Amino acid sequence: MAQIEIENVRKVYPGGVEVIPDLSFDIAAGELCVLVGPSGCGKSTLLRMVAGLEPITGGEIRIAGRRVNELEPVERDISMVFQNYALYPHMSVYDNMAYGLRNRGEPKTTIDAAVRKAAKTLGLEDYLSRKPRQLSGGQRQRVAMGRAIVREPAAFLFDEPLSNLDAKLRVKTRVEIRDLQQRLGTTSIYVTHDQLEAMTLADQLVIMNAGRIEQAGPPLEIYERPASVFVGGFIGSPPMNFLPCFAGAGGVETATGQRLSGDSPAMGDVTAGVRPEDLTPDAAGPLPLHVRVVERLGATVHVHGVLEETETDLVASLPGSDAPNPGEVLRLAPNPGKLHYFSAETGRRLG
Amino acid sequence: MIENRPVLNIVQHVILILGVTVFVFPIWLAFVASTHTARDVNSGIPLLPGDQMWENYAQVLGEGLSTIGAPPIGLMLFNSLIMALAITIGKIVISLLSSFAIVYFRFPFRVLAFWTIFVTLMLPVEVRILPTYEVVAQLGMLNSYAGLSIPLIASATATFLFRQFFMTVPDELTEAARVDGAGPMKFFRDILVPLSRTNLAALFVILFIYGWNQYLWPLLVTTDESYYTVVMGIQRMANAGEEQPLWNLIMATAILAMLPPVAVIIGMQRLFVRGLVETEK
Repeated sequence: MAQIEIENVRKVYPGGVEVIPDLSFDIAAGELCVLVGPSGCGKSTLLRMVAGLEPITGGEIRIAGRRVNELEPVERDISMVFQNYALYPHMSVYDNMAYGLRNRGEPKTTIDAAVRKAAKTLGLEDYLSRKPRQLSGGQRQRVAMGRAIVREPAAFLFDEPLSNLDAKLRVKTRVEIRDLQQRLGTTSIYVTHDQLEAMTLADQLVIMNAGRIEQAGPPLEIYERPASVFVGGFIGSPPMNFLPCFAGAGGVETATGQRLSGDSPAMGDVTAGVRPEDLTPDAAGPLPLHVRVVERLGATVHVHGVLEETETDLVASLPGSDAPNPGEVLRLAPNPGKLHYFSAETGRRLG
Repeated sequence: MIENRPVLNIVQHVILILGVTVFVFPIWLAFVASTHTARDVNSGIPLLPGDQMWENYAQVLGEGLSTIGAPPIGLMLFNSLIMALAITIGKIVISLLSSFAIVYFRFPFRVLAFWTIFVTLMLPVEVRILPTYEVVAQLGMLNSYAGLSIPLIASATATFLFRQFFMTVPDELTEAARVDGAGPMKFFRDILVPLSRTNLAALFVILFIYGWNQYLWPLLVTTDESYYTVVMGIQRMANAGEEQPLWNLIMATAILAMLPPVAVIIGMQRLFVRGLVETEK
């Protein structure tokens, strides 16, 4: 178990493109930290800097209190699971897992014991003599995991390890990864662009945008108090609705003059955010939704539409029973206390 | 394409059989000529094998054609084998290493180095043969195995081929090896070379035949009979001066000279056909 500290880390690519201007956060020992963000936000670059595959332009990365900036990946005591698994195609499953240990010059018996233990943990015992191409996608993924755990490193680094799996397998493997990480208690960094993976796996969730941390914290806290419009729109599915509003002395009104709330977080233009699941049908509600598309998921119904007299798109997630039809107008009210206010200029949270 | 039209089938087979005949006929003639007496062959090559096969091959392999200035064929075959293997293995080793350097290392003038190698593709051995001869002569490598093989070893074609192949190897594999603690040469040995197996086998065949069939270069750098190669030996026999060439023996030599490349192809075929069929990624 090891703590990972990232301090004022900066990354500039040759040619002057600054991907990460200045980034700091800590990952506690045994914690699974998920880095999530849109593509190009620098999350993979950060992971690769921790792994030692990418030089660090400035700042310091410490694993278990040891500065690793100048160390080769192998000296950092980490192991990595790649998106396309990067298994050695000409080696058997056994050799794939044993390769790193052999390079460290471990005795044969130690290697054998470690590989068999890892194979048992992952249910790969029957496949040890196979080549990667004879395995299914899910099995390959597990071999990649096996290669990571066999060395018992201080930290696991996952680079979108599930994105090559089909949806069903992804859910299953996600649970397996979480289970394995909890059992081994190894500090992990997990990079993904999938907010569902991020929410379900993380002890600590770090949401990145354009090389900066938008918000970091436990997933539920982020869900309940998004720090910015970006975070609100990124976490949660369907994403949070945003309404341009005006806050005055008498409360907050929508663009069409409907009163959303009696309290004002600030004065002037604000953006109000409300999650689809925090909207309830209410004949006197302030949000008249012109229904366009209704998605019936069984347990819930997603109602997509446009607010009347405006261009604002809105999604409401309602219990399965009360589904309107396309073309109808459905009046909705936000649940009390579930409105989020953001500055119209900066997008940061107000109050 | 699956079609079942009898007429088309017949046409296809006729064309294929014609093609095969055109290619095989000269070899058949060479074989037939090698089984007759010199007198029979000189009065027009018969179309069916004769009864002199044993005698002709025994003479070629045994005493050689000392009368017309060619060493025993065994020695020439051996020389050819040494030269072909040296060229093949040398070319493969050099081009593997140089393309490894070009693809995986960032050093100054890397691109220039690659293009310099690439430009030499435009200059076949024959074009630069005089300066090359001069260099080899100055280094005192005439009449030696080194002189026969070293100048032909540098290979732009193979370097280019391996470069293209290395560039298709996913970067993640390199990174995984780094995380697994494999240094550059270990990565090269444990991962790149095994992955190149298919290319290696195909190149081995092509380069072995290239080396085996070298004619002009051995002709220039060897004056000592004990370094003659079989391909130039055949030529020496055919230009035997005043005497009439012994076509039956020359053809026997030609047939024998053909066997090692055929053996290499048959031996390597399984390896590289299997490699081509199994797509491993």
